[in-house]
Amino acid sequence: MTPLAGYLLLSAMLFSIGLAGALTRRNAIIVLIGIELMLNAANLNFIAFWRFSEHPEAITGIMFVIFSIGVAAAEAAVGLALIIAIYRHYKTTNVDEMNSLKG
Amino acid sequence: MSLPFAIIAMLTIAAAVAAMSLRNLVHCALALTVAFAGLAAAFLQLDAQFVGFAQILVYVGAVAILIVFAVLLTRGGEAPEKTVFSASWFWGLLVAVTVFGALAWAITNSFASQLAPAEKVDATVKQIGDALMTKFVLPLEVIGLLLTAALIGAVIIAMREESSKTKIEDGRSKIDKTVPPSSILHPPSSGGQQ
Repeated sequence: MTPLAGYLLLSAMLFSIGLAGALTRRNAIIVLIGIELMLNAANLNFIAFWRFSEHPEAITGIMFVIFSIGVAAAEAAVGLALIIAIYRHYKTTNVDEMNSLKG
Repeated sequence: MSLPFAIIAMLTIAAAVAAMSLRNLVHCALALTVAFAGLAAAFLQLDAQFVGFAQILVYVGAVAILIVFAVLLTRGGEAPEKTVFSASWFWGLLVAVTVFGALAWAITNSFASQLAPAEKVDATVKQIGDALMTKFVLPLEVIGLLLTAALIGAVIIAMREESSKTKIEDGRSKIDKTVPPSSILHPPSSGGQQ
């Protein structure tokens, strides 16, 4: 079986890719996609540590990931609704141009 | 490192890089779907079947569709003629590379990389359901409340401002401005006389 370090490195790589996308792209939807990638990398870490733990019969790692997926789904729904509302107001999804909270 | 893991890791990372760097937003959403599917395969390889299938249902099924809808509603499907990267892209990339370097250094030097996996784990759906209904029943209720609040909040945020009022007024004006019945019975053109 693949050692734990392999999964952790994959997770770190995905997290960095998501972070790079969230910090460098101009479109707000891509920024949200980057945040989703980072959340998924954290989920992979939870599952990997659960699988390699000493007591996997206590399924806390799986429970944490299930709740994390639920929170991430709520975040995606609210985030995309915000992007649509902002697009309606500013007619753009460019994060460089969204520089004021009060329209 | 086993061959299936290598394939899954390469596919997932390639899809993630594509999702973050392609110009067309619809292509980005499709690449993101592939990355989510690769992560689900990694979960399955780690003997977490329920989470793997939940990942497919929630992310490949729901979140990807949501993102495609957001792309289409904001007319982001057309690739921009200018650059797709923000003004401060260099610092963002530097931060990301630094974070990966720090994480990779920590992983390779930690004792956790020498851990051996448990011999056999079976996290069946029955066990997960039992735990959700006994030990984790309060978090389950809280996440239900959170999802309900997020659903209502998303609808309210995305709703057009004063949409109900304008809708009623639109309907009234439509009724008022419809063609008067006399012109339907006697159209101005001569074609009605046949």
